[in-house]
Amino acid sequence: MTLLGDVARWLADPAHYQGTDAVQTRILEHVAVSGLAVLVGVLVALPVGLYLGHTGRLGFVAVNVANVGRALPSLAAIALAIPIAGTLLGVQNGLGFWPTFFALVPLALPPILTNAYVAVRAVDGDVVEAARGMGLGEAGVLRAIELPLGLPLILAGIRTAAVNVVATATLGALVAFGGLGRYIVDGLALQEYDRLFAGALLVALLAIAVEVAFGTLERAVVSPGIRVRSGAL
Amino acid sequence: VTPGEPLVRWDWIASHLDEFAFRLGEHVELTVIAVGVGFVIAFALSLLILRVPRTEGPITGIAGTLYTIPSLALFALLIPYTGLTIVTAEIGLVSYTLLILIRNIVRGIRGVPAEVREAAVGMGYAPREVLLRIELPLAMAVIIAGVRLATITTIGLVTVTALIGQGGFGFLILIGIQRFFTTELIAGAVLSVTLAVVADALLVLLQRRLTPWARGA
Repeated sequence: MTLLGDVARWLADPAHYQGTDAVQTRILEHVAVSGLAVLVGVLVALPVGLYLGHTGRLGFVAVNVANVGRALPSLAAIALAIPIAGTLLGVQNGLGFWPTFFALVPLALPPILTNAYVAVRAVDGDVVEAARGMGLGEAGVLRAIELPLGLPLILAGIRTAAVNVVATATLGALVAFGGLGRYIVDGLALQEYDRLFAGALLVALLAIAVEVAFGTLERAVVSPGIRVRSGAL
Repeated sequence: VTPGEPLVRWDWIASHLDEFAFRLGEHVELTVIAVGVGFVIAFALSLLILRVPRTEGPITGIAGTLYTIPSLALFALLIPYTGLTIVTAEIGLVSYTLLILIRNIVRGIRGVPAEVREAAVGMGYAPREVLLRIELPLAMAVIIAGVRLATITTIGLVTVTALIGQGGFGFLILIGIQRFFTTELIAGAVLSVTLAVVADALLVLLQRRLTPWARGA
């Protein structure tokens, strides 16, 4: 296969590890914008989801927000973020990092919020009642009972968000952001298939690495007592 | 964003209705082919999983990996082989429907109560009839829920195929980005989301039609 040979040669070429278009720089850019978007997503959506789940309020909204997120096409999110970033931060910030970031956060929110809500609601009512009987307050129930028992589902939501965000960050290259999408978009424009293929391969591997990393994290932090049940999710 | 230019120029919208209609046809065609082909493949694989349960791990594993690969990357990996064609777009789009559809078809059919199945066998239904007349109708709600998810997801992903020369409404978004013309990119985005909402509503109606006994629920 000559193409795979070309791709291997492209990846082995030291010239592709120097300057602003270096592979490690592109990976770092990709991880940075994705990580920041997921972090903001967690900080905003997790408390809201946990609170709504704990109180049982606005269940319909909490469950359906994920479907709304799915209907918003990622390309559209990136596109709509251009005027938003331009308006909020001035024309000079209307391209590059900020529109990419603004597009990624709304994609990260829905799965985190919905899963946090469902995770808390799914906790056995008898367990919660027992905890209250033992004298735990609202905050105590949430922290000591609902959070650890709901952890597998909560983490699954963050994982879905992270994988979506890493995938969509690729499209940031269309709005003059760097990241690994740069190789794909430039490779397409220049008809350099080795660059295109190498970029696609790196993005795919990064997405799979995120998936695997969350699996490892889940095994590390989820209580062994509920691990068996969480396997079904 | 050009200063002084309004965010949306309605006169441009009014003069491009023909193009919107053309892009709508393209978008629907790409979506229908993807969900249709995806459903046929997913249905066959689901039957295999139901008959030979140990194939479930490998099949959902592969479908899950395909689902994880970012869409633009998957299209890019196919371009050297199938070029900037509708085939490249459809291979990618079909791949993304598989995990959702297989999961729901298998879950739907497994959710049919064992005693119902037994009653059907006791009444002399052949295995084929059990599937077509008992299991499928009872699993229909869960299966259509999967089709809804797959359709919404596909309509969103179709916009990305603009980068490989297809795209439907995604074409408007891409051109809008390239020309810094917010009217065109907002039009593309809004039309794509609208199409997803309408398609979802139509599938809900289809589900009501196909499962009239569940109307009260």
